[in-house]
Amino acid sequence: MSQAASMHVAVEPAETPLTPESWGKLGMWIFLVGDAVGFGVLLAGYGVMRATSADWPSPYERLGINLTAAMTFLLICSSVTMVKALEWLSRGDRVRAIRFLLFTAIGGAIFVGLQAYEWSHLIHRGLHINGNPWGASLFGTSFFIVTGFHGLHVTGGVIYLLSMVRWVLNRPDPRDSYNGVEIVGLYWHFVDLIWIMVFTFMYLL
Amino acid sequence: MAGTDHKHPNYMAIFWTLAILTVVEIGVIFLPFGKLTNGVLLCGLALGKAALVAMYFMHLRFEARTLGLVAVTPLAIATLLVSVLLPDGFAVAKRSQVKGAAATAPAKH
Repeated sequence: MSQAASMHVAVEPAETPLTPESWGKLGMWIFLVGDAVGFGVLLAGYGVMRATSADWPSPYERLGINLTAAMTFLLICSSVTMVKALEWLSRGDRVRAIRFLLFTAIGGAIFVGLQAYEWSHLIHRGLHINGNPWGASLFGTSFFIVTGFHGLHVTGGVIYLLSMVRWVLNRPDPRDSYNGVEIVGLYWHFVDLIWIMVFTFMYLL
Repeated sequence: MAGTDHKHPNYMAIFWTLAILTVVEIGVIFLPFGKLTNGVLLCGLALGKAALVAMYFMHLRFEARTLGLVAVTPLAIATLLVSVLLPDGFAVAKRSQVKGAAATAPAKH
């Protein structure tokens, strides 16, 4: 084998076979899978505690689902505005892409506000991280940890989205920011997906 | 890489499907089928909704199959964890009940 040929073999591929668009996208997927393991462990722990507890209260009777159903709908809407932002970006329409990114961030901010309202309401009724007036104290612990962990993700997502608005504004060609917006979109849809599971397991079941 | 966009599925159809499934989920909790049946139905609906988000909003349907397998791994880990922890949890709960019953029973002399 000639020297030139051996050097060619030693060169690392510039693209990952899993996500040929970018290594950043693969990085986000790896982060999300790790994060999903975290949420999976929390929800699995919640399920086991609940199944083995003799005095676990009925969540939908105690927590109420009207507000959280609206919050679920809001997150689903924000996922749609997120994909719409990406769609407009692929067509090179910076103004519409930014508008939909802002709609998504506003949806996330409203979600966090509603969650804060729900928490304050429940705390006022006596539910605490170390106490629960309706039965097992771990009900309060698991509720605040899981919904709080998710709420932190939404808050981080809003900040991430707003930083991406600036990113899109600063690119000479809006299409250059497609990959970055696709990556923030992956994060945002993941937050939506996790809420779908949290809503079912912590409020409906 | 700029402009390497995916196919864009009909997002509004996915949105309406998710919205309708959410309404169905809320309806399920009022069904008189019992806790187990309702629980299975709710888990199925939640997994269906999550799959829709992952496949169409996160474009997993258009990605390499290996990435899909990687993405499903956390679900498998959580399921494994539940199946490992549940027997232990039930054993601890049963032991606590026996201890509680023994403590409340009248002492024999």
